Formats: sequence, C-alpha cells, structure tokens
Amino acid sequence: MGRYIAKRFGQAAIVLLLVSLFTYLLLYMMPGDPVYAMLGGDITREQYDIAYAKMHLGDPLLLRYVRWLFDFVTGEWGNSFKYSEPVRQIIAVRLPVTMYLGVWSIIISTLAGILFGVICGTKRGKAADSVIITCANFGAVMPAFWLAVLGMYIFSLKLGWLPTHGFTMPSEDLGLSIQQSILPLIALSVGGIGGTTRQMRSGMLDVVRQDYIRTARSKGLKESQVIWRHAFRNAVLPVVTLTGMSFRNVVAGAVSIEQVFGIAGMGSLLINSILSKDIAVVQSCIMIISIVVVMSNLLVDILYGILDARIRVE
Amino acid sequence: MEHFLEVKNLRVSFTGDIQKSIAVDDVSYYAEPGEVVCFVGESGSGKSVTQLAALQLLPVPPAVIEGGEVWLEGVNIMQYKADSPQMRAVRGGEVGMIFQEPMTSLNPVKTIGVQIMESVILHLKCSREKARERALELLGQVGIPDAAARLNDFPYQFSGGMRQRIMIAIALAASPKVIVADEPTTALDVTTQAQILDLLTSLAAKNNTALILITHNLGIVARYAQRIYVMYAGKIVEEGPAEKIFGHTAHPYTKGLLQAVPRLDDQNRRLVPIDGIGPSPGKRLTGCQFRNRCRYSSEKCCEEQALREIGGGQRSACIWSYEELKEQEKEGAEDERKETEEFGENVLEVKDLRVTYPLRKGILNRKAGELTIIDGISFSIRKGETLGLVGESGCGKTTTAKAILKLLEGTSGRVLLNGRDILPLREKEFRSQRKNIQMIFQDPFSSLDPRKPVEELVGEPLLIHKLVKDRAEYDRRVDELFCLVGLEPSMKNRVAHEFSGGQRQRVGIARALAAAPDIIICDEPVSALDVSIQAQIINLLEDLQQRLKLTFLFIAHDLSVVKHISHRVAVMYLGNIVEISDSEELYAKARHPYTKALLNAVPIPDPAIEQERERRMLPGEVPSVMKRPAGCCFCDRCELSDERCRKEKPELVWDGKKHGTACFQIT
Repeated sequence: MGRYIAKRFGQAAIVLLLVSLFTYLLLYMMPGDPVYAMLGGDITREQYDIAYAKMHLGDPLLLRYVRWLFDFVTGEWGNSFKYSEPVRQIIAVRLPVTMYLGVWSIIISTLAGILFGVICGTKRGKAADSVIITCANFGAVMPAFWLAVLGMYIFSLKLGWLPTHGFTMPSEDLGLSIQQSILPLIALSVGGIGGTTRQMRSGMLDVVRQDYIRTARSKGLKESQVIWRHAFRNAVLPVVTLTGMSFRNVVAGAVSIEQVFGIAGMGSLLINSILSKDIAVVQSCIMIISIVVVMSNLLVDILYGILDARIRVE
Repeated sequence: MEHFLEVKNLRVSFTGDIQKSIAVDDVSYYAEPGEVVCFVGESGSGKSVTQLAALQLLPVPPAVIEGGEVWLEGVNIMQYKADSPQMRAVRGGEVGMIFQEPMTSLNPVKTIGVQIMESVILHLKCSREKARERALELLGQVGIPDAAARLNDFPYQFSGGMRQRIMIAIALAASPKVIVADEPTTALDVTTQAQILDLLTSLAAKNNTALILITHNLGIVARYAQRIYVMYAGKIVEEGPAEKIFGHTAHPYTKGLLQAVPRLDDQNRRLVPIDGIGPSPGKRLTGCQFRNRCRYSSEKCCEEQALREIGGGQRSACIWSYEELKEQEKEGAEDERKETEEFGENVLEVKDLRVTYPLRKGILNRKAGELTIIDGISFSIRKGETLGLVGESGCGKTTTAKAILKLLEGTSGRVLLNGRDILPLREKEFRSQRKNIQMIFQDPFSSLDPRKPVEELVGEPLLIHKLVKDRAEYDRRVDELFCLVGLEPSMKNRVAHEFSGGQRQRVGIARALAAAPDIIICDEPVSALDVSIQAQIINLLEDLQQRLKLTFLFIAHDLSVVKHISHRVAVMYLGNIVEISDSEELYAKARHPYTKALLNAVPIPDPAIEQERERRMLPGEVPSVMKRPAGCCFCDRCELSDERCRKEKPELVWDGKKHGTACFQIT
C-alpha cells in the first residue's frame, strides 16, 4: 500500500508541475507586454522600468519560471492591480467560501446519489425506481445556473423565504449562513445527485447479477445483508471515481453559481480577474484550483486502493 | 417421508418478453445421506435450474416456481418464502452449494477469511474467535496450505483450483447434510478437476453428506456417481443406479450421449452424433421432447411419456423397452472410421520455436527482462495429418498457434511452411502466404462479425486473395463451401446470431476452407459446444479431412477429443513439448510422468472401467511461467525427479521415429 500511495503521489506531482508551467506561460501567451499584463496599462515609465527589472524579464524563460515557481511555493504570489492587494490575501478570503460550498455539495450529492441508486438498483422496475430514475435523469441534464435562477425567482423573489444573494461563513452567523447556503447548494448538487444515482443504480444492477451474489444468497444471508455486505462495496467503486471527478464540476459550477448569487468565492474571483486581465490573480487561482482537483483525485485513488485490494497490485 | 431429501413434481418456468418458457417440467428426485447423486444433461436441460429452484435461489421474476414440494428431513421447505428465516437456515446451514465459476463466485473485495467466517457465524452462531478457528480447520480440510497466513488474502491471490477449494470450505462451513455442486470443475484443468472431485467426494463420504453433483461430463458421472438422473429439455428422461445407466442404457437420449462423446479408450470408433440441435425452452414439443432428434421415434412418441419402472431401480421415459431398442439398433450397425495411414510431405515444420515476452518496468516502460513463454519446441505435420496439441491452461498451446501465424512479437526459431521459413518474412511478403494457413476459433459466438451476413464472412478470403474471377464464380464457391460443411446455401444471407452454436462453428470452418489452405489450425474448436453438437463437428472435420486431404493442427485441452481426432499427439507443459507420439500409442504406452498423470486424471465414461483403473493423483498445480523450474519443467511435481532433472533440461529422446519423450528417468 505504501508503494502504491508513493507512486500516486509522484504522478500527482508531475501533473502539478506541468500545470504550473502552462500557467506561467499564460503570461507570455497573452497579447501585449508582460509588464502591462501584470500591472495594468495605467502606469508610468518609471514604474514600468522598476517592474521590468523586478520581473527579471532580461533573464532566460526557464530561469524566470523556476524563480516564479519558487515564489509561488514560498507564498509570494504577487499583487493584484485591480484590488491593489497581495493575491494571497484575496485568495485567503475567497477560497474557504468556495471550498465550504463545494465540499458540502459533494457530500450531499454523493450520499443522496448512493442512497437513491441503491433503492433503484434493488427495486428495479418498481414504482420507486421509475420515479427516482426519471428525476435523476432530469437533474443530470439540468444546467446548474438555470436551476439557481429558477430557485431564486421562486423562493427568494416570489415567496421571500430565502435571501437572494450574499454569503456568510457559519462561524459568523449560523442562521444566516444556512439560509444563504440552501439555494446555492441545491443548484450545485442536483447535477451530482443525478449522475451519482445513475452510476450507483447501474452499478447495483450489474453487481446483483454476479456469481458472488448468488454465493452470498446460497450462504443463507438475508437479502439486506446480501446487498449491504456484498453488493454495495463492489457497486460503490465506480461512484468513488465519479465523486473524484465531481471536484472539477464543483469548480466549474462555482463560476456560474457564485455569479448568480453574488457570492465572493473563487469562481467569481476567477471570472472578474480574467475579464480585467488581472494576470497575477488568474495564475494563482488556476494553481490553487489545480492543486485542489489533483489532490482530490489522489485521495480517490488512495480510497480506491483501500476499497479494492486488486488495485493495489500492478 | 421415506427419503432424506425428496423433491416432488417440481415445475419452473421463466417469463420472457414474448412468452413463458418451461425450464423444469415435473421433476422428482431424492438423495440419501452419504450418497453421490449425479444430474447429467446438456446446456438448457434444466439441471442447474432444478437445483436452484429447490433452494429458492432463482431470481423471481423472471423465474416462477409453478409447483412442487421439496422435503428435507420430513419438512416441506417449499412452503417457506425465499427470504424467510427457515429458508435461510436451510441455505448454507442444511444445504451447502458450490458453483461452476470459481473465478467469479467469491466476492473480490473481501478476504477469504471474512467470507468463510461469515457463513460460520451465521449458522453456528459463534464468536469471531471460534469462527476463525473453524475457518482454519475448514481450510485445512480442503487442502489450502499455510491456512493461517492466507486467511487475510483476497480471492484474486488464489488460482482457480484453490478458489474452488475455498468455495467448498464455505459450503462445508456449517457441516451441511446436503451439498449441491453445480458443474464444480467445468472451468478447471483436468488434473485440478480430479483433485477437487476426489476431495469433494471423500469429504462427503466422511461426513455422511448427500452430494448432488451436476455435470455435463459423462466421465465424471461414471467415476463418482452412485445414482444418476439424466435430464433433457427440463425433464428427467432416465434415472437409476450408475451401473444400470451405463451398462443397461434404456433411453435413446442417454444412448446418444454415450455414443457421441469421445473416450480415451476408443479405438478408431466413429462418433455417433445426435442429429439436430437441442430444444429451445420456448418451443416445446408435445409428448417426448427428444422425439425430433431420436432415431427410434414413432407416432406414439407424440403422447406424453411418464417415467416407467424397468427393474433394478432404473426408470426410463421412453415408450420402447430396453429389448425393443436393442432390436432396432441391430439394423443400423456402427460404422468404423476410415483411416488412411499414408501422409504426404511435411506441410509445416516447427524447429526450436521460442516465444518471449518482454518484462517492462518503471514509468518509462523500459525492458527489464524476458519471460519465456514457449521454450524451444519442435514438431512437424505431414499433408493429410492431424497433429493434436494438448495440455492444461497456460501451457502455451494457443501461443504456439499465434506464433505460427506470425501474430506475436518476440518469436525466434524456424517455422517452415511448405519448406519455406516464414518467420523472417515481413508482413507485406507474408500476406500472400496467409491464405495457406487458416484458423478455426474456439468461441463460435464472438469469432464471427455479428453484423455481416455469413455469406460475406465465408466469401471474404476468396475476395482478399483474389481466388475468384467474377461474381458468378464467387457465388458458386460460397454455395459449395456451405454444402461442404453441411449448411443450407439458402441460409447464407442470415447473420451469425440466427445460427446455433454448432452451425456457427460450421460457418467458421467454411470460412477457414474458403482459401483452400495447406494447413488449418483449430484452436479448441469444440470446447464451447455441447456433447451432441461436438460429435457433429468432430465428424465433420474428419470427413472433410478425408475428402479434401486437409492438414490440421488441433489444439485442445480435452485429451479424449484430441486423442480421438488426431493421428499424432504432442503433450505440452509450461511451454515445452514433453512427449509426442502416435495417438494410439500415447494412450497405451505413455512414458512421460506428466502424460501419465494427465491420462490418469481423465475419467472414462464407463463405471466398470473406472473401478478397475489405478488412480494416482498429480499433486499441486501448474506453476506460472514466471516460476518455471531451471531443469525439467515438470521436475517439481514429478515423483521420479532427481538432482539431474532439477539442473538439466531434457531433450526429446526418440524411440524409433515416432515416439519422443523428454525425460531422463525413462530408458
């Protein structure tokens, strides 16, 4: 197991290194002068010269990349010209918001999806199966932002039950935080619930036909024991993969959902920084998001290895 | 109730999309403690469904148990629901089950210890500690060495034979009074099969357990059964003590099966296939289900036939008595197989063929070493001859075929086709030669393109190799080929799934014949087929060889089949040919210890002979090629081996020109 984890770590490190290289090159792929890209167009000649020297633009590209990477690793992420603040401070405020919503959305969609999927898989063809799978199909194809706008219209504008926008961390005001989280979380989770339900259902249907399920029944186990002890763990393996990939979807979802609800998270930061060509912020956002996604995939790989011994061997 | 386990008038049907089909039709049987009862029949006969239905293990729907009683120790367990506590206490507690596929019958994500202990805890209601002790005891009983350490291993860490032992341990967990084994060795090699069945029957005898053994293999029946039920199309057609069923066969279907299956002790006998194909459960006949394939059928057969007592505990469902059948049989005497002992020049010569597989390591996949799959084999095949290549799984039979067809990298040695070495040829140069080597594959279901009409599949080689001038000639050739393999040319526009397994294999043979090849490599061509269909295909291959002077390299794991069809046989073990000889001589005078063990493990479908035979068990299992011993590949399982065997690799030593043996210990 140790070897297996070490190998996965190595692969993750290589991926991150490549991502950092492309992220750095982003600055030079943009049209125009890198100094203007970093500081904006509205600077004096002196400021330009100072920045030019500070960015070591006379040095070879590779050297500059290594220096930039070193700066990033040591926490020196540069300044945002739009917010006139160190990038690190901006992200320190914004990242927890997106992570908070993202992690909850993944927990909700995975647990609900698994539950619904098991119900469907064991009650194939019955009414419960038909109703759930129809809803799941609907949920899986519904765009998150559309659901967000619809929810806001009904529950916030028409009924007035929930606030229309904003976000507060639960540590500041629990009640308000819950009220403000409900709609964004629903919008973020519905797609995941749909997808996980479908995966879990097909996994269960596939597994209950396997020979070892017949073996379990022939031992005299109760049907519920057959399902939870023998079928569940085999059927849930593909769902683990799906959950790992859904971190990516959460980031993608955050971009639009945070816009709709006016939440100051990573998604809205990324959009705004791209629009205002605030390259230092964009670079850091991409790096942080990549690290989160790669780490979550790593976690899934390790979890997979724990759940299924066959994966651990080559 | 008079019997320990008694099933009465069991009826099972399946509800399909269009119609209901009957799978088990009024089946009654019984079993006593300590008895070995065999259910024999071909696929679709309902033998497995019967057992699963009796234990209510069939998925409902689509299965429907329409009626019947299952009495176990005086209680009708059919009155209980499938998931009821009473039924659950029976399953695994009173009745243990062992299934066909050891590779998939164990849960892949749980350790074997957990899977065995689960059964123990469930039925013996004991602590985990006690259950662990019991599991260790069970693993010891079924012959898993080093049980304590292996309790925490996962199923994938065991071979097929070992997994089947673990399944037996699970079945034995609660000391059941009945064990139902559904084709327990069909997926296993023949020496492993002998080990498993001996283990199972000896444990059953020791514990006075009733053993119900389901199989299609008549040899196994003859070797182990005390009483036999023969099933056909969901019905029991004949039942009785083993010696009666084999010695005083009363039902035409049982007779047919016995004549259709090749036996190790056959001498130049031509197989007698059962005509036609097996019944489909949706389309049942009136009266006797076998009448459309039966040689003795008459108008009276359209009436329903019940099992009739014919003495000595034997019952048959045929309207004819034993004597009446015997009378009619004389008219059609058994014909002998025509043999030509004259063969032409060598068509294929293989000299010191060696196949290696590169072992790669690290993220850059650098070559770190080589694994030798085929370790220098030599043989030749003459025109009109069949050379059988036989051995257990992993011995390199199929790899040899692929290497000859130039489908593998890492091949060295010489492969001479009509005297010309084809191994150094580049693919472009070899392509024109490809028509001279054709292949017939194992699985008739996946080896034919499902979307093309079979006419295109059969005719394709004609077009690729430009063997026909125009459309008219093409059509004529395709029709000819269809007739040759016994298919109606009018069926040629159908696609593969409209044919039965046997018919598909005929299509495969027609395709192989299309280019008029010099040699045809048959890779397990009959192992996916039922006994009655297998005989049809074997006879077809033999007839075609006679008529067209075909040359075959016949690869199979079934020694009886190989011995039957081949003129000469080469026995392979771990990538080596250990013995090669005329097939009659190989059976009568096998010399290599492995060949002897292999022959000994194959049961002969005749209880009288089986009782006479001296039985020796080959210990252990075929090691993986990664652990091939340094000297003789068989030395670590051979009782004759000495220091020299472990150090030096024996070459084939020829006794005369015909019989070669690679062993130091025989002189």
